[in-house]
Amino acid sequence: MGILVYAEHDNSTIKGATLNVVTAAAKIGGDITVLVAGKGCGAAAEAAAKIAGVSKVLVADNDAYSHQLAENVADLVAELGKGYSHILIPATTTGKNFAPRVAALLDAEQISEIITVESADTFKRPIYAGNAIATVQSSDSVKVITVRATGFDAAAAEGGSASVEAVDVAKDAGVSSFVSEELAKSDRPELTAAKIVISGGRGMQNGDNFEMLYKVADKLGAAVGASRAAVDAGFVPNDMQVGQTGKIVAPQLYIAVGISGAIQHLAGMKDSKVIVAINKDEEAPIFQVADYGLVADLFEAIPELDKQI
Amino acid sequence: MKVLVPIKRVVDYNVKVRVKADNSGVELANVKMAMNPFCEIAVEEAVRLKEKGVVTEIVAVTVGSKAAQEQLRTAMALGADRAILIETEEDAQPLAIAKALKAIVEKEQPQLVILGKQAIDGDNSQTGQMLAALTGMGQGTFASEVSVEGDKVKVTREVDGGFQTVELKLPAVITTDLRLNEPRYASLPNIMKAKKKPLDTVSGADLGVDFAPRTKTLKVEAPAARSAGIKVASVEELVSKLKNEAKVI
Repeated sequence: MGILVYAEHDNSTIKGATLNVVTAAAKIGGDITVLVAGKGCGAAAEAAAKIAGVSKVLVADNDAYSHQLAENVADLVAELGKGYSHILIPATTTGKNFAPRVAALLDAEQISEIITVESADTFKRPIYAGNAIATVQSSDSVKVITVRATGFDAAAAEGGSASVEAVDVAKDAGVSSFVSEELAKSDRPELTAAKIVISGGRGMQNGDNFEMLYKVADKLGAAVGASRAAVDAGFVPNDMQVGQTGKIVAPQLYIAVGISGAIQHLAGMKDSKVIVAINKDEEAPIFQVADYGLVADLFEAIPELDKQI
Repeated sequence: MKVLVPIKRVVDYNVKVRVKADNSGVELANVKMAMNPFCEIAVEEAVRLKEKGVVTEIVAVTVGSKAAQEQLRTAMALGADRAILIETEEDAQPLAIAKALKAIVEKEQPQLVILGKQAIDGDNSQTGQMLAALTGMGQGTFASEVSVEGDKVKVTREVDGGFQTVELKLPAVITTDLRLNEPRYASLPNIMKAKKKPLDTVSGADLGVDFAPRTKTLKVEAPAARSAGIKVASVEELVSKLKNEAKVI
């Protein structure tokens, strides 16, 4: 039957999360087909064909898919997906937007954000902000699944030589249209792909003070994140939020600065390999998950850290 | 215009849930329950649209046991005009919930359906999108700004890279993100008034929906515990540990 993997891409390159989803597909077992839907996405399709373990790439190149509108993409994926045993979609905001539509169109119960493949029909997924892990078994004939990237290693981006095939199903559902987008520009690595993440919380006091974290981040090649409290207070934009409802990260090193450690924040970072917490409140819950805790005023500790690295 | 606001009764977000000893689920006995926080934002948005004169009637709806009447009353105390309980004792999953909501949409003919983007128990984030698919409506998920303009609604969405704005034909489905608004608290007079507002109950079976889950939960476990590490005395010690012990910088 085979597995259909939906590629997250920017028309020219494949986004990292796609590689983790390919690994999840390989664990399920079966031929892996990657679908690249977009407008002018030929280069992304070529890149997808090189991913190790992929046997076929389908390209749907059409105006209807240029902004990944859920209504149009879901119709396409549901139509193509009928012939597969599993449809795997990255649990990014793009994937989470259209995947349930696909499931509903196929009358399937979606399995959200799997972190482990136990067998072809059994998966593990976090519930209650990661405070419990459920093992679930699906009986749907086509299994629609979103994959949490941090649960799986990335497949090799090079080494494959899949065939590329154009699909000409293209339909605009006609109920939605793209107006505009406002994307953050940064020279730092993407939060979800960075090896080191340094995040600030309410303790940062204002947006200007994040400059201290940016300086340290640039020395370490790190991405900068934030707690919900810092985003809600307007210190930094929403795309920096790490947590249950923000981004899920699992870097080699996570440095939490002035973050108390609400369970909703821990849900987004507790699978990091090494966690450092810097907080002046020694009772802060963040210290319960930290490998290295430093009880200190961040306004003294961060400039000092900046000097020493 | 009429707005339908589906809500969910969940474990209060301040409660740290515990896994049952027999691994069949999480402990729900004697645990504080509340309206899902994202649903509160959905109710608030509907109320604000009514205050602006865009919306004339707000109908809150939920799928659950009799106990969920409590959350419907809360929704009415916050400003919903009436409520519908779709009663079931099953652990209803998003697909079945979306099918039940579709039946309510067909009966009530709302121009907007506003839901939370996810419930904090199952963390599925599916119901709104599924309802939109089943009814053929457009969807504006993870909304941080909503403006109704004639027969269209403009929705600004929080996406991984920043914001995306889409325009949807009405009727449409919207799911709320954290920063769409800050929900109000229910005042005592409004809590009293809510007790007299109409609350209808329909059974899931009457809507022709089978709520029995098709996905079987085999077990629920506590996550691997992270043991607390050590406290370091200085930045110097921290940097040395990260370089020499953890070898991550």
